[in-house]
Amino acid sequence: MGNALINVPGTVKRGEAFEIKALISHPMETGFRAGTNGTLIPRNIIQRFTCTYNGVEVFNLVLSPAIAANPFIAFFTVATESGKLVLRWTGDDGFSAEETAPITVTS
Amino acid sequence: MARTPRTTTRRTFLVRSSSAAAALALGATSMPAQATPESLAAAIKDVVGGASLRTGKVTLDLPPLAENGNTVPMTVTVDSPMTEVDHVKAIHVFNEKNPQPYVMTATLSPRNGRAQVAVRIKLNDSQKIIAIAETNTGEFWTASADVIVTLAACLEDPT
Amino acid sequence: MSKTLIAVLCVGSTIGVSIALAQRADTRRSGYQDMSKSVQSMQDDDTANPAMLWVRDGAALWTRRVGAADKACADCHGGVESMADVAARYPAFDAGLGRPVDLEQRINLCRRDHQQAEALAGESRDLLALTAYVARQSRGKPIAPSDDPRLRPSIDAGAALFKQRQGQLNLSCAQCHDDNDSRKLGSATIPQGHPTAYPIYRLEWQGLGSLKRRLRNCLVGMRAEPYAYDSPEYVQLELFLMQRARGMPLESPGVRP
Repeated sequence: MGNALINVPGTVKRGEAFEIKALISHPMETGFRAGTNGTLIPRNIIQRFTCTYNGVEVFNLVLSPAIAANPFIAFFTVATESGKLVLRWTGDDGFSAEETAPITVTS
Repeated sequence: MARTPRTTTRRTFLVRSSSAAAALALGATSMPAQATPESLAAAIKDVVGGASLRTGKVTLDLPPLAENGNTVPMTVTVDSPMTEVDHVKAIHVFNEKNPQPYVMTATLSPRNGRAQVAVRIKLNDSQKIIAIAETNTGEFWTASADVIVTLAACLEDPT
Repeated sequence: MSKTLIAVLCVGSTIGVSIALAQRADTRRSGYQDMSKSVQSMQDDDTANPAMLWVRDGAALWTRRVGAADKACADCHGGVESMADVAARYPAFDAGLGRPVDLEQRINLCRRDHQQAEALAGESRDLLALTAYVARQSRGKPIAPSDDPRLRPSIDAGAALFKQRQGQLNLSCAQCHDDNDSRKLGSATIPQGHPTAYPIYRLEWQGLGSLKRRLRNCLVGMRAEPYAYDSPEYVQLELFLMQRARGMPLESPGVRP
């Protein structure tokens, strides 16, 4: 069981830009907040999100503590050929998550 | 005790600092209209370098009034054909009053087809958000938006 | 003052009251209607609603075998469609316990009796996930509380609690949510307090939470001592609130500021 929800249209026309939406469970702890005992809660964020399309990186996002908890990310990519999209999140404390989605491109 | 002419009173300090701010704003005509904190200016300079920063082409969609600063939806759209010869290669977002000025950087290419990115951001106070689009030809376009963050009336205790 | 005049005044005020009641019935508002467009759209789109992360977890838990009985929810209930109206009618009376239980407590009773598994902690991710998954099945359905007469004393107790002043601020629920709803408290709009979207993803919490957590939050705001997590008062209030919201459509899982 992954911890992300992704939304990709199954079928897209060649040459068309389509939207990819992704949600993932993550606290995005800023590192600037104090806990109940007064000490800082250590930073724990997702630092980077990438999307590859048949192995080629088509989107890369560098995140910061200013990104809200349970990050939502939406962006576009152009349908080139049928294949596989791989979404990857990496962050503090070795955090790593990956989701894949098939894409069918019609002419 | 008589004041010496060199003493800075509150009034003269305010006068001096406001004229300094005005000078800064006048000097940097291509920067956002309002004077911004040093760290924000430095963070923007890291991205833009010596290039001029022009207003336009970027649409920064943020609610003018956010009921909670923990999660504020934001969409940045840049008017660009996204072709090999003319495309946006990065979208940078900065804020004015969070502990750090930096919000995000998205790397784009013609493969995106549309220069649009949506995320949700945290704002620890009412403030200005600045988006900067960097094109493949080395141009920098910008837009800013002010968000008023209201506070929840009944907060939960932290335990 | 003549008797006729008094009679006329009485009739007049009775009409006034009934008009007020009729308007009251027509003017119930879900907290959804008091939110900005940007938060509403977060709830409207399942692919953007962060509460759906919990629903997704709930779907996995629904078919996971647990406990000494090695049973999953699905082994008894089949597909989750069988839960279609459950969140719209809970809390319900549990004959075994001899008292009403809410949806979270029902899930834990199932775990104890049928799965022979440990109860899930209140507000734990798994309990919220299962609750959200079940409640999602009632989305769009009108709130239809049970007419079980055994619930009556608890509903009445909830109604009394709703009107009871408490805490250092000496406030009752009704003073905010009946008498001053839609007005501002600080910069926030006071909602009517209908339980139309629980469990909710509250931006303030940066996570999912139950109606109990929200009630507890109100009590803290009133500077009142919150009830213990498993105390009957919460279920009584939940029962009363469901009666008060009868017929309003469920939005679960919703998003609130």
